[in-house]
Amino acid sequence: MTMDHETPDTLLYTPEHEWLRRDEEHPDEAVIGITDFAQDQVGDVVYLDLPAPGDQVTAGERCGEIESAKTVSDFYSPVGGEVVAANGELEERPELVNESPYDEGWIIRVRIADEAELEGLLDAAGYRAQLPEN
Amino acid sequence: MLTQLVLRERHQALGARFAPFAGWEMPLQYEGIVGEHNAVREHAGVFDVSHLARAWVEGPEAAGLLRSVTTFDVTALPVGKAHYSLYCNEGGGIDDDIFIYHLPGERWLVIHNAANADADFERLRAVAGSAASEVTPETVMLAVQGPAAVGILSTVLGDGFAGLEQRDCAELDWGGTPVLVARTGYTGEDGGECIAGADRAGALWDAFVAAGAAPAGLGARDTLRLEAALPLHGNDIDATTHPYEAGLGFAVTLDDEAPFTGREALVEAKAQPRARRLAHLQAQERGVLRAGFAVHEPGGDEPVAHLTSGAFSPSLRLGIGMAYLPVRLAKPGVTLEVDVRGRALPVEVVRRPFYRKQRQA
Repeated sequence: MTMDHETPDTLLYTPEHEWLRRDEEHPDEAVIGITDFAQDQVGDVVYLDLPAPGDQVTAGERCGEIESAKTVSDFYSPVGGEVVAANGELEERPELVNESPYDEGWIIRVRIADEAELEGLLDAAGYRAQLPEN
Repeated sequence: MLTQLVLRERHQALGARFAPFAGWEMPLQYEGIVGEHNAVREHAGVFDVSHLARAWVEGPEAAGLLRSVTTFDVTALPVGKAHYSLYCNEGGGIDDDIFIYHLPGERWLVIHNAANADADFERLRAVAGSAASEVTPETVMLAVQGPAAVGILSTVLGDGFAGLEQRDCAELDWGGTPVLVARTGYTGEDGGECIAGADRAGALWDAFVAAGAAPAGLGARDTLRLEAALPLHGNDIDATTHPYEAGLGFAVTLDDEAPFTGREALVEAKAQPRARRLAHLQAQERGVLRAGFAVHEPGGDEPVAHLTSGAFSPSLRLGIGMAYLPVRLAKPGVTLEVDVRGRALPVEVVRRPFYRKQRQA
């Protein structure tokens, strides 16, 4: 493989290839998705099974499934808290996860229960460092 | 140790992801399965299917020898025609599904699945001896499929291809090299398959790509064939399934009275009421069906079957799959449930195929 994967400097990451962005207007909320590397690995996303608003998610625990044409992958939330929203647009256009993993392809929005959990996440440099060499 | 395709470097340069399949390292996808699938449905794709095994049986005895080990009466197959057939075991189970081409000069080409290549060739050798020869390593096989495929094949190979009807086969001259072509495929679309010497493989591949065929991998080939309800040996048919319950009775000739391996069991199987039938299931809600998932009657505890194949259908944008259902359930309109990792996904039995190619304007 020879592709370069985007890893925006403004985001936080997990080793399991999720990203998290603090919401500017609602600082207690985090927008969460999967990274460019992750979408490339799983291939064409065709269906997502996501938690519903009001569900509680726990950091590092499986809270959904991302199904691609070739495989199914678990989805983990990088932080615990209450799900505020899931990206409804993905029901009709799951391919947004591939086409725009950091923007239109966001997956869930969570109200952060414990700020301290953010400290355990990777910054972009740390995430890039643990990506496999291309 | 995986066998490498002659065109491996070309696939690599096109960004292919490889996966092991039946002892071969095969391109699973290039840009993406869904895009490649749609390219074949909407225009044309080119597949490297050189993993399929190719064997010749030649000589005046060839037709009779083939008849003795295959289910379809090839002795009635005219020169220049190809037909789907089966190798069955004595119990009537399907050891492999194959394609047989009848070429001029008492020459027959047989296409085997890669996973069964050794056993299949042994079977031919056992009856035909040195009249059977394998040509898999020194040749390649490329499939061009899609509504634009016949145009592309005709552009590249010339009028010789343009004149072929469905399931015709012929040996053409392509710039001084022989290329064996057939208007056949495994996607539910029109198109053709070509066999050429390994030394001309790159040029032929490049010509198809230049003429507008999108490189397509094994991933798209699987979703395309499943939408077309074409069975995959090892998944949907195997040595324990017989042709009638698999819906493959058209590949079995019994009325010529000619003996062939499995005939007696098949005569009996045909006469008996079926216990089960390969049925086609379409999800009624979002979710993806996969091989191995259990099928239940609504609310039922015990599974009535397990999916033999399953995928997300890019054309229908929902889950589709196949399973051997008890005949009372194998009827279009019957609603069942598939256990998708603990979730009961409602599915409906539908008529095959899931997807029918669009009529040409």
